[in-house]
Amino acid sequence: MGFDASGITSWDSALIVFVGRAQAAAARLGADFDMSGLPEGAQRVFRLAHAVPPRSVTAAAGERLGLVGRIGKAAIDLAGAVRDVFTFVGDVAIALIRFVTGRARFRRPDFVTNFADCGPGALPIVSLISFLTGMILAFVGAIQLTAFGAQIFVANLVAIAMAVEMGGLMTGIIMAGRAGASFAAQIGTMQVNEEIDALRTTGLSPVEFLVLPRILALFVMTPLLALYANFLGIMGGALVGVMLLDLSWEGYIAQTKSALDLSLFARGLIKAAVFGVLVAMAGCLRGMQCGRSAEAVGKVTTSAVVTSLVLIVVADAIITVVYNAIGW
Amino acid sequence: MAVAGPVAAAPARDHIVVSGVTVGYGERVIQRDLDFIIRRGDIFIIMGGSGCGKSTVMRSLIGLVPPQQGKVMVDGTSLWDLDEDARQQYIQRFGALYQSGALWSSMTLAENVALALEQFTQLSPAEIRELVRLKLALVGLAGFEDFYPSEISGGMRKRAGLARAMALDPEALFFDEPSAGLDPISSRLLDDLIQELRDSLGATVVMVTHELPSIFAIGTNSVFLDAETKTMIATGDPKVLLAECEDPRVRRFLTRGEDNPTEAASAAPPMAQSRP
Repeated sequence: MGFDASGITSWDSALIVFVGRAQAAAARLGADFDMSGLPEGAQRVFRLAHAVPPRSVTAAAGERLGLVGRIGKAAIDLAGAVRDVFTFVGDVAIALIRFVTGRARFRRPDFVTNFADCGPGALPIVSLISFLTGMILAFVGAIQLTAFGAQIFVANLVAIAMAVEMGGLMTGIIMAGRAGASFAAQIGTMQVNEEIDALRTTGLSPVEFLVLPRILALFVMTPLLALYANFLGIMGGALVGVMLLDLSWEGYIAQTKSALDLSLFARGLIKAAVFGVLVAMAGCLRGMQCGRSAEAVGKVTTSAVVTSLVLIVVADAIITVVYNAIGW
Repeated sequence: MAVAGPVAAAPARDHIVVSGVTVGYGERVIQRDLDFIIRRGDIFIIMGGSGCGKSTVMRSLIGLVPPQQGKVMVDGTSLWDLDEDARQQYIQRFGALYQSGALWSSMTLAENVALALEQFTQLSPAEIRELVRLKLALVGLAGFEDFYPSEISGGMRKRAGLARAMALDPEALFFDEPSAGLDPISSRLLDDLIQELRDSLGATVVMVTHELPSIFAIGTNSVFLDAETKTMIATGDPKVLLAECEDPRVRRFLTRGEDNPTEAASAAPPMAQSRP
């Protein structure tokens, strides 16, 4: 097999690929292969491309598994993931003990920054969401309750729903999107930049130094924000009550007061604290698991938010059942 | 294995002894059966082609990646047989400079250098400030105390990382590709700085690199890791290796491919030279 390239005026990489195919075909047929007819440059490029035989990469890369293999691999991966979670929870518990006994190593300014970022920094979005949630609850209630002429009970509905459920839940979800995602991205980027390794070789535990301040920040700030969300939600409900249902401000507020007691708030705030810890743990764990690429940072951030949301809803369900069981 | 030790200078004490070490992640072995000795005051080069696992080997020396087999002895104590706290004590006597500098990006240069001092010494804030200024001045960054890592150039970040690595006056300094991404002059200056610090502070230096100029300029001992066979194929003073080592892979690396052994290598059975 040979080439006559006398008609070629210019060529590009497609020619080299074609010659490669021709060579393979010639080898299959056992024919001689002679590329002396090709332009000088093309011959050189072809030889360069085939100078190093393709290296058979060992394992890792693209081994294809059957169905059984994939299920088995998923099970092994799951076992690893579960172990990671337990190890992490254990590390956090140890760090917490060291913190309580005053032996944990961290920087005070980091604490302040984390508290400020997670708390006051979230006020605008929490205000908006909880105010609207209160309004939505009032609207939904108004349609039903007006049918019975019981408009005033919109105040009860909004107050109780916000205090027990929606205040904490909405704050938790906002924290997942805001703080959880940012924790995962921050710690993940530190992982990419070897900053976590640098902490370890300096003798500092990343869990004490990075994770603990973040968990404590959300543990404290989520209930506070939830409390604030409760009040704004009630205000949103009151706005609907006054504008749409012709209730008086005084009447609405008085009805709200009669509907609420401290234990209702406590129920909601305990939930909020649990959500805060879960969001922080999910964000930090995912960040620590980050690989060493930009893509990995994106992945762990997504995963942190998804994990947080799942945990929040599951925890909410469990806590509600527990409250029910203990008759609270 | 071609062993070409330095020509009997003052008998230096062994600092870090690596014996039978295999490193890897999970089931994947990256380097196996490593045996080499880093003496006090050495500038020890871990060299080899890209992707042969140099950095991973270094990570197992500084306590980040546990070896799958073998021992890393530091001053006669097996690093990985210690419990976590005791190991931490050993590791604190090391300083490490990572490939990208790995400065903590949320802190200024001064805070980066100060952190270890704040956490592990009883020094007063004023004393720490002075020490930080000294360390930054040593690496030529006086006046940059309040800059954030993102505000300075790559070469400056490397030097700041070096200042941070020296914060606790370590007995051994580890460098992961110190000259990667630096222009030839900055890279030369960094080499000079490393040598100067070794001479003045008496620290052992372990350097992962494939920069030939650095290797010959400052290396006093070395180990050559091979990616294909996943093990070491030579150890000794790089200048002596260049003159005496007969392994074609080592020769090709050290001569930047000019000493082209392709004919010799394809004529001889490929493994003939490895670890006789």
